[in-house]
Amino acid sequence: MKSQVKLRKYHAPVWSEPIIMEMSHRGERGILIPIAEDEIKTAIGDAESYVPEEMQRKELPKLPELSQPQVLRHYEHLAQETLGMEENIDISQGTCTMKYSPKVNEILARTPQIADIHPLQDEDTIQGVLQIIYQLDLFLREISGMDQFTFQAGGGAHATYINACVLRAYHDANGELGERNEVITTVFSHPCDAATPNTAGFKVITLMPDANGYPDIEALRAACSKHTAGLMMTNPEDTGIYNPRVEEYVKAVHDVGGLCFYDQANLNGIMGVARAREAGFDACHFNLHKTFSSPHGCMGPACGAYGVRNKLAKFLPTPLIGFDGKKYHLDYDRPDSLGKVREFFGNVQVLLRTYAWIMSMGADGLLEAAHVSVINNNYLSKLLMAIPGVTKRYAEDKIRLDQVRFSWEKLEKDTGCGTLDVQKRMIDFGVQSYHTSHHPWIVREPFTPEPCETYSKEDCDYWAAVLRQVSWEAYTNPKIVKTAPHNAAIHAINRDVLDDPKRWAMTWSAYLKKVDNNR
Amino acid sequence: MSKKLGFIVNPIAGMGGRVGLKGTDGQMILEKARQLGAVPESPRRSAIALKRIICIKENIELITYPHEMGEDEARECGFNPTVIGSIRLGRTTLHDTENAAKEMLRLGVDLLLFCGGDGTARDVYNVIGDEVASLGIPAGVKIHSAVYATSPHNAGDLAVACLEGSSSGLRLRLAEVMDIDEEAFRDNRLSARLYGYLKVPYQRRLVQSGKSGSTHEEEASIDAIASDVINNMQDDCLYIIGSGTTTRAIMEKLGLENTLLGIDAVYSKKLTGLDLNEAQLLKLTEGTRAKIVVTVIGGQGYIFGRGNQQISAKVIEKVGKENIIVIATQNKILSLKGNPLLVDTGEDKVNQMLGGYIKVISGFNERIMLKVAT
Repeated sequence: MKSQVKLRKYHAPVWSEPIIMEMSHRGERGILIPIAEDEIKTAIGDAESYVPEEMQRKELPKLPELSQPQVLRHYEHLAQETLGMEENIDISQGTCTMKYSPKVNEILARTPQIADIHPLQDEDTIQGVLQIIYQLDLFLREISGMDQFTFQAGGGAHATYINACVLRAYHDANGELGERNEVITTVFSHPCDAATPNTAGFKVITLMPDANGYPDIEALRAACSKHTAGLMMTNPEDTGIYNPRVEEYVKAVHDVGGLCFYDQANLNGIMGVARAREAGFDACHFNLHKTFSSPHGCMGPACGAYGVRNKLAKFLPTPLIGFDGKKYHLDYDRPDSLGKVREFFGNVQVLLRTYAWIMSMGADGLLEAAHVSVINNNYLSKLLMAIPGVTKRYAEDKIRLDQVRFSWEKLEKDTGCGTLDVQKRMIDFGVQSYHTSHHPWIVREPFTPEPCETYSKEDCDYWAAVLRQVSWEAYTNPKIVKTAPHNAAIHAINRDVLDDPKRWAMTWSAYLKKVDNNR
Repeated sequence: MSKKLGFIVNPIAGMGGRVGLKGTDGQMILEKARQLGAVPESPRRSAIALKRIICIKENIELITYPHEMGEDEARECGFNPTVIGSIRLGRTTLHDTENAAKEMLRLGVDLLLFCGGDGTARDVYNVIGDEVASLGIPAGVKIHSAVYATSPHNAGDLAVACLEGSSSGLRLRLAEVMDIDEEAFRDNRLSARLYGYLKVPYQRRLVQSGKSGSTHEEEASIDAIASDVINNMQDDCLYIIGSGTTTRAIMEKLGLENTLLGIDAVYSKKLTGLDLNEAQLLKLTEGTRAKIVVTVIGGQGYIFGRGNQQISAKVIEKVGKENIIVIATQNKILSLKGNPLLVDTGEDKVNQMLGGYIKVISGFNERIMLKVAT
């Protein structure tokens, strides 16, 4: 296939931007807070007395000290040095689904009725907001077949952790927790389906794929026992292959008394087509930002909407939103609940965007989005499979849903350029480096694009043309690929630090300590 | 200062394979192989590896042995090697390999690249132990040892990464030197032994990208496995601890003396036997509950019958399948490429009993379901 696409010239601005902690000057301030007037002092008293003594700082926090224009400049520079979702064709983040979030919903999310409400405001004054959350719950029940949702989780992994806690609470209530200490997952499910039950105290049993790429069902049957607390899995898995026998997996676990959780962080391939309930699952979750449009939150301002069948609803965290036919209220009176998992009602702005997006799409629109995602993916797959060096693992002839796990293993063998090299070179054409895989040790030299309904045919063509160019370079001039990126804000870095506990630092003070220790 | 690469070719490795001789250890067999028309495999295979290294020719000093033991291949591929030692052309023996390794160790090579099979790995191991990094280019008839790269091509790439010292994801690990008794093998009896460990470089498949969780580092993962096993240890039970680095971590965590290549036993977290043989194991398990802890040995997936024959069919039968604990890091499991675990206890009945799925401990509270082939 000969490319008709003209590749753009791209070069990121280079600012050599320091870390903000390095830019600090002692005494510099962005805002000078005025001393309270006497009248206020008399009415309020000493401000410090409002903070319990054990919570009062003994010394000032070590924050960077900068003026407003310096802070603004710093973050503008960082934004310019970064290839954001809005500058590039972000097909690259497969499994994460970079979906366009309509700007009108951003305006809604910034209105004072949402942005300025106080979490302790009286219920009577936030009826509209509570109604939105309540109705969103009803929408998601319809989409999933579950009976009750909670929007407390701040992200997808948080929702799977809540699920692990619900498993614990359910078996505890039945007096079986002592014995039921195993959770089964599959290696191509999201790693949080293994990590969160492990954190919740379960032993985690992982199933490997069979020759067709499905989790080995015989291994599942062998793993099921009186110790099984539950199954936590995705479908389609990261390979994009839908497992048509999923009901048999669910049945095997139900037969031994376990519960089944469907990780539907990314629903794009089957939204409006298939539901967790009909597949027999007891619970599921949606990452609202992946499927229902909302900016990605980076473990913070996102939402993992978690839904369950009636028998598990009593364990959901507080509060839920109730409606008595006249008035919406926050229901904290739930004795079997896990309790609080996050402050107040979760990230309400995300819920508003989701609500607005579903309302604007309608039921038909949701189904169409799923269809377009699958068509886009299979179109892109055709383009990519025509590129020298690209292969895909498992069930080659099978239609994939929302994404495909491809491999550059052949390119690597032929040219020495592997997926990490391609990943760095593609940035030079103004396209975000792609996601390889959550488990790059299984399918070799992997990459996982996901062209959801946001992207046009032209977008898919451009993205494929970039990879075709990089493949051609690898075969003709591998050095240019090996030494990439050349046009990004930061050039090739040594990735060894990423997994070397001796060298990484999660915070500035940890970094200073390590520098000190290495002296 | 330029890095030094030691390069040894066992010129007769692999000759037996195509003529059906199962190895070339021993002068008589070598003669027979030649009569049958065997041609050496190692020159061709080592040249493939060297061609991958030629790109850093200017930055390294290649030190090798004369003629067919490395010099010929090096010159053919465009290197200008430093040649040391002397050999009798066409009459080299394992002593030449050992002498070459000894001399290279003395010269302070940064990496010792050798081409051969299990016998060659043993010869190298006898001299260098784990003092210096080494790596095998596979050419032998038998490759049970995990010290060999997956192909000559990959051996070359790994050597480059190791010598350049800047490649991301490059690590050193202890890998098994295994060999079978060739005489027994030719009589269709298999008897494999674990001889020791060489320190070999390996490229981790990939560094995990920033958006997902932490990566499994081999050492951290072995440590987590040991914690899991110890955490579940029962007081009134004998634990037979198999050979290998993964099982050794349990003993070290318990602060107990141990033998890397032998079988040890623990009761109530105290040592009850070191380097035990079959008879001693049978005696120790008299009248007590026992469990066996083994790992996957070498690159082929054996959990019994390779490097741990002391845990015989009789011992396994006595202990019972439900009391067998298999431990292995995720890396090791993935190196099996989806193939099942293997057992070769010498008793069909016991091999059959061990078949089916087992939960392999791969981390703290982590299990992977794997099939044991029958």
